[in-house]
Amino acid sequence: MKHKLVELNRHVLTTIDPAGKEALFRKRHFRLLPSILFALLHTAVLVVLLLSIPVSSWAHGMAGERFFPSTLATDDPFVSDEFSLLFSHIKEPGEGDNPPTKTTEFPFEFSKRITPNLGISIGDSFRYLSPQGSKNVSGMSNMEVGLKYQFLTSAAHEVILSAGVSTEVGGTGAQRVGADTFSVLSPAFFFGKGFGDLPESLKYLKPFAITGVVGPNFPTRSKNISTTIDPDTGEISQNIDRNPTTLTWGFSIQYNLNYLQSFVRDIGLGAPFNRMIALVEFPLQTCVSRGCGGQVTGFVNPGLVWFGKSMQLGLEAQIPINDRTGKSVGVLGIVHFFIDDLFPKSIGRPIFP
Amino acid sequence: MMEGRSKVRLWVSTGLCLLVYAFSQTPLSAHSFPDHSEPRVGAAVTAPTSVRIWFDSAIEPAFSTIVVHDGAGQRVDNGDGHVGSLDWTLLEVGIPLLPAGTYRVIWSVVGQHGHRTNGDYTFTIK
Repeated sequence: MKHKLVELNRHVLTTIDPAGKEALFRKRHFRLLPSILFALLHTAVLVVLLLSIPVSSWAHGMAGERFFPSTLATDDPFVSDEFSLLFSHIKEPGEGDNPPTKTTEFPFEFSKRITPNLGISIGDSFRYLSPQGSKNVSGMSNMEVGLKYQFLTSAAHEVILSAGVSTEVGGTGAQRVGADTFSVLSPAFFFGKGFGDLPESLKYLKPFAITGVVGPNFPTRSKNISTTIDPDTGEISQNIDRNPTTLTWGFSIQYNLNYLQSFVRDIGLGAPFNRMIALVEFPLQTCVSRGCGGQVTGFVNPGLVWFGKSMQLGLEAQIPINDRTGKSVGVLGIVHFFIDDLFPKSIGRPIFP
Repeated sequence: MMEGRSKVRLWVSTGLCLLVYAFSQTPLSAHSFPDHSEPRVGAAVTAPTSVRIWFDSAIEPAFSTIVVHDGAGQRVDNGDGHVGSLDWTLLEVGIPLLPAGTYRVIWSVVGQHGHRTNGDYTFTIK
């Protein structure tokens, strides 16, 4: 789970003639289902993690000499045992009846390898919203679960390719902080490529790497319909919020100073710079249906990552690419733990070899 | 919709169970990345007698190797690559007096956690 982008919804107001008003049905929303699902997933995660089967450990995010860090705003291409705590703060633009809102978010995610190449993830987020002119609200967002399969790792060419699917489970979060009651299904393709295979004449470009993700996001409900009745006239108004299908496409460009020092040229960088990776992430999203086709939102996130023996720290600025995304620069941070390094004999190893 | 407090309780209880299980098994460990070397990566030097790489954590002597190749891909080290007897973060190999040219160091180590990392770099003899 990464930082959520600004979502587009087309708000349409329609009026039904009182003389010909139809019987309106209220869909029964099975509010119990997300709770049961969450509890089942929670139990399943505990059972899976408590299995003690001796297996060998595999290094996370490694392809040959290339270490791919966990990126903050775009999903990385590898499977691993890791735990991430993120922090995000930005002022989101107003839209329709929604005023501009300062949004502070604390997402967290736990990833676990089932086999060396197959992993699951589960995550959630605590949101604190300060809408302009309104009371502050806070609460948990919808839970997200994911499955990813790393189907290609090339040490010689520093390539990792993966495919997966994630789901934002609707109804598991607080609507007051924007958690939807419908789910979103997101299949995706992930890639990572280091440039260590460049010729020696381009050796100072070898520390570069790119990672990326592309995939659609399908809401399980195409629109949300709410009705209001004017107490004076009895007129029934129907508000329709459309839930569009979107395409996530994000990538990062990285320059690994540790790679430079260890494999290209020791230029004398001391700690902490010799463990740093300079990067720019581009988390982007295109709205592809339901009246918003082609609209792009997203950010340019320049930042730095430092990786230690068992953890990683990162900090990025979030710069909106257009007014539709926003006008304020935000901040994004991460504290990330390499569980496979911290606990290689317990929860840090694949469950099945 | 699940109550926010119930959800928080579930996450906290899950996290505590994970921590208890994790700490019950093993002390902390880490990847082994190179910290510095002699000759330095990419450096031009005069008549080195050994190649030494220090890693940021202890490595397994039985599963860690280091060799040196010349520009034609021929092995030129003394064949005595080993982990330091007093310093398990040091991997070293002796080399004879070599002619001027560019040489490649190829190393492969296993950390005490079982993770393998490997790499190579070049240096030049003037």
